[in-house]
Amino acid sequence: MPRLSCWFIRFALIHLVLGFTLGALMLAQKAGALGTAVWAFRVAHQEFLLAGFMLQLVFGVGFWILPRPVHPQHGWPMVAALILINAGVWLAAAGGTVPAWGGVAILGRLSETGAVGLFASTIWPRVRPFQHARG
Amino acid sequence: MPELARWYIKTSLVYLAAALLVGVALAVHRMTSLVPVLDFSGPAYIHLFVVGWLTQLIFGVAYWLFPRFSKASPYGHEYLGWGAYVLLNAGLILRAVAEPATGVMYGKGWRVALIGAALCQWAAGLLFTVYIWPRVRAK
Repeated sequence: MPRLSCWFIRFALIHLVLGFTLGALMLAQKAGALGTAVWAFRVAHQEFLLAGFMLQLVFGVGFWILPRPVHPQHGWPMVAALILINAGVWLAAAGGTVPAWGGVAILGRLSETGAVGLFASTIWPRVRPFQHARG
Repeated sequence: MPELARWYIKTSLVYLAAALLVGVALAVHRMTSLVPVLDFSGPAYIHLFVVGWLTQLIFGVAYWLFPRFSKASPYGHEYLGWGAYVLLNAGLILRAVAEPATGVMYGKGWRVALIGAALCQWAAGLLFTVYIWPRVRAK
């Protein structure tokens, strides 16, 4: 597994735990165990699990497991994708938690979109027929 | 494919089918009211998909595919993976029953079950992370 994939997957696992923690708090609130204030973290819960965990895990595993590039690739786009996806998740989560921070949420979504663009542009030439991968 | 990976993946497919059936019931319920409990089944429906199917499928594939723990013990501390499997499914089933039930029936038992579901699912996520963490490593 490439070192960069390890970082994507480790950050994904951290977001899994954070997302599950917020989800558990909200579920416990439905049972009356906690105050309704925990619902402020609903967007953060979704953001951590869908983008922070699942999307980031896809980035890490895709970068690891898809056919090797035919021509050498720069490493910086995936490093930038790692930074942008994590920054984006936290900005979008913060923007969704604090009602007055709508602009922060937009910044977060843009950051996530940038990460997806960088990941896609890196992976695109690696998605090819098997015989080319061997050749 | 190791036994636990097969359990995760097959169970995830059962949840996918179950989620789709609940989706059909919810769609019918919107047109012609079936049973009041379906008014409160929306979150359970979503979580059957994203936890029961997607997350569980990810856990199963990761258990199978990630670099081996060691030559002597390829899958490492397997009991942690099994623990996560049991807790995730116990929590999700408990949630799928107790969450809609708290909407239509008053009873302390349902609320305790809901807290139990929350704890089980949280512990499952934590346990699987602790289990898989040492297998996330560079060559």
